[in-house]
Amino acid sequence: MKDLMDRSLDFARLRGAQYADVRVVNNRTQNIAVRDGVVESLNDAETIGFGVRVLADGAWGFASSRDLTAEESDRVTELAVQLARSAARVPGQVVDLGPPVASRGLYQTPIRIDPIRLPLEEKLGLLMAADAEMAKVPGLRVRRGNLTFIREQKWFANTEGAFTEQTIYETGGGIQATAVGNGEVQSRSYPASFGRQQVTAGWEAAQGWDLPGNAGRVAGEAVALLTADPCPSEITTDLILGGDQVALQVHESCGHPIELDRVFGSEAAYAGTSFLTTEKLGTFRYGSEVVNLTAESLRPLGLGTFGWDDEGVPAQSTPIVRNGLFLGYLMSRETATRLGMTSNGCMRASGWNRIPLVRMTNVSLEPGTWDLQDLIADTEDGVYMETNRSWSIDDKRYNFQFGTEIGYEIKNGKLGRMLRNPTYTGITPQFWNSCDAVCNAEHWVMWGTPNCGKGQPGQVAHTGHGAAPARFRKIRVGVLK
Amino acid sequence: MIGSSEAQELLQQVFKHSGGAQSEALLILDDSHLTRFANNTIHQNVSERNLNLVVRLILGGQVGSATTNRTDRVGIEQVVELARFNAQASPPDPNFPGLAAPAEYKNVPAFDELTAGYAPEARADAVGVVCRLAMEKSLNASGAFSTGYRQVAVANSQGLFAYFPGTHADFQVTVMGADSSGRAQAADWRAAEIPTESLGREAIRKAENGKQPRQIEPGEYAVVFDPYVTEDLISMLSYHGMGAQMVLEGRSWMNDRLGKLAMHPLVQIWDDGCDLRGQPMPFDYEGVPKQRVEIVRDGVVIGPVYDRTTARKAGASSTGHAGAPNMRTLGPMATNLFVASGEKSTTELIASTKRGLYITRFWYTRLVHPRDCVITGMTRDGVFMIENGELTYPVKNLRFTQSYVQALADLEALGSDTRLITEEYSRQACHVPALKINRFNFTGTTV
Repeated sequence: MKDLMDRSLDFARLRGAQYADVRVVNNRTQNIAVRDGVVESLNDAETIGFGVRVLADGAWGFASSRDLTAEESDRVTELAVQLARSAARVPGQVVDLGPPVASRGLYQTPIRIDPIRLPLEEKLGLLMAADAEMAKVPGLRVRRGNLTFIREQKWFANTEGAFTEQTIYETGGGIQATAVGNGEVQSRSYPASFGRQQVTAGWEAAQGWDLPGNAGRVAGEAVALLTADPCPSEITTDLILGGDQVALQVHESCGHPIELDRVFGSEAAYAGTSFLTTEKLGTFRYGSEVVNLTAESLRPLGLGTFGWDDEGVPAQSTPIVRNGLFLGYLMSRETATRLGMTSNGCMRASGWNRIPLVRMTNVSLEPGTWDLQDLIADTEDGVYMETNRSWSIDDKRYNFQFGTEIGYEIKNGKLGRMLRNPTYTGITPQFWNSCDAVCNAEHWVMWGTPNCGKGQPGQVAHTGHGAAPARFRKIRVGVLK
Repeated sequence: MIGSSEAQELLQQVFKHSGGAQSEALLILDDSHLTRFANNTIHQNVSERNLNLVVRLILGGQVGSATTNRTDRVGIEQVVELARFNAQASPPDPNFPGLAAPAEYKNVPAFDELTAGYAPEARADAVGVVCRLAMEKSLNASGAFSTGYRQVAVANSQGLFAYFPGTHADFQVTVMGADSSGRAQAADWRAAEIPTESLGREAIRKAENGKQPRQIEPGEYAVVFDPYVTEDLISMLSYHGMGAQMVLEGRSWMNDRLGKLAMHPLVQIWDDGCDLRGQPMPFDYEGVPKQRVEIVRDGVVIGPVYDRTTARKAGASSTGHAGAPNMRTLGPMATNLFVASGEKSTTELIASTKRGLYITRFWYTRLVHPRDCVITGMTRDGVFMIENGELTYPVKNLRFTQSYVQALADLEALGSDTRLITEEYSRQACHVPALKINRFNFTGTTV
């Protein structure tokens, strides 16, 4: 492997590249899906290949191939240089990567039970047991369960002397119950929205979720939602979000706008730009005093946890918001240099066939001091919402509207009637400045977002978000029609 | 690039290793290139060559599958063994409809040599023209120009073999000023048919006209939509309800509307996988020939598209809409959608509007309520007030929350300006016109 990578780097130098890096990735993914007690899909996928990124004539080029041979390495490297030179026909700002990166070493996700090697019978048994529990609840239309296991081996080398080798494991899984009636379609998911929770860990994570133990509750809630009262329409009230919804709120309204490539306009035509422009760094009041956000690629279980990013920069921790003040971005070598800073290791590619982009690692809301029961008891009048169902935000990450699977009225400090189709809307800095309480570490969970889209051609990143329930004052809820 | 006989030979190797078991092999080869620009310069210029081989093995009703991008002898042996292993571990699948029977396919000549071999320098030069035009106006252009080809081959142990090579090209441009932006895009299977410079000028014109936008109150407005917005309406209606699985599960906007007048009688929506005005492919990923399917005729909801699994459940026939293996759990999907156009230009649609909004594009649209296909999202890249048939001033972006079914019920006119818009992840293509709708519900503003 190392020989092939060295060959590519040498070839790039020979062709006049100022800088080059090469990544070889071997990804093995196993997906198991069960619907209504039947195995809907059981697939193992392997994809292996390499990508070469070069800087030539001051511009970037990237080419990739599945064919790990010397001849193909030469063709791909030559093509990467050609692409860089053709890009230089429309010149822009001179690329400065800052200090060289020469990281070396090995990293592997700590796991107790290898999820890929575990017998299939055990994995299927877990999903079938959860399905059987859901099936006991009358009134469901669809029962779903799924498990996903990933083992990704990645080798990185650059012309500055870096050579790293990593093996990242991910385990994901979840169940969903759907009921249909009264013109309504209501679903409840566990442990997270959109099919699954996902973490960097082995099979032990899936065991810990206790899917069968939660299946009856999830199914019952889906059926009950069909006849629940609708969320009050167009009111302003206090809102308590469950930790899973706080994680999504962090992802969309903090994680994306702190991507420095967005701020510089690199994603303007597609994902959009950001309201967190550079003059706000260190001066802008993003949230209230209780809002503390951190980007960190070292935290256990996070989908953004690794040894080095895809530029060879070591994993690290970056304060993003401290006591409400905006302090940090997610950066690459090139974007950090434009701010006179050094990269904090946020360049990630979704596979061997994609260039690295500035991506979230684990962007988390630090725990506060509240117990959830105390927080509800402290709320006179409001709504509690959990588990994301719908999410939409504008291209600068200001105006958002989110919906959740379930809500509960809060009256006089107690959870009251169940509410269906809950939604809320707001403007990002106003929303985070209205946050007056975050629950404590007992309630804090590292949530996984395995479906974060960005870039052209598209890349789906896996990001982590530690979060606990939190309260937001005077929020507009119930925007349905 | 592999030809039909080479693809067939490769797939036959799967059957050699499958030991006489029922089996299906799908080969997808992609060669794709994309030039991305921002801040009036090319900042990403990428190329990819990949192939995926998906094997499905059936052992007495037990179904397992595996995927690889290795096509050497060891790679093929391993993927077959993995599929066998997965089948052996699975309980029998009572819903599996068996493998597709051999079929005849229409000749769909959608492979363009020029597009397949489009040079990076040619993409860069086209982008350069647009960037220079934007710079001349002190504006900032960004976007992407992609070209490439895809070859798909399907074979199974029943003797089915299908092969299709197709090219694709797509140009998207967003032009931004200090407080405005404009957008244009188009796709075609022939890169030379995409008028990149004219699209650049369209985006520049909108960005220039959009300067100093005013905030307006949310509420109901009549709207004239560019085809880019119409594409969002149609693709969301497709994703959230034009497939039979959603109808069978009761999650579609079609439920309770089948056979009924649910949209304006002018609305005609159909899917035709062989129509060269779109991004065609004459068969689905199980090798079933694609049928022309009427989704909505004269405003009446006719029915969804089927794959073989849902057709069996519903007592219908497959329409050839089995999805790619990585999207199969979503059920069958329309792939090459068309909406009938009208006779009025966008200018005439605007001229016929007393008060309303002309909107370029929607952004980040998401489902709020499935049975009415209620969607929320934002406007983007150009919103303009219409008063007495004229564009009077640009407007700041708005959030909407609106049933897309009701929106098409409230249609007033179909435009003659059409575009082909393709979606990268689902590879769905929509050939759609501009629209005029009498009322559309805006629920918020942004900064």
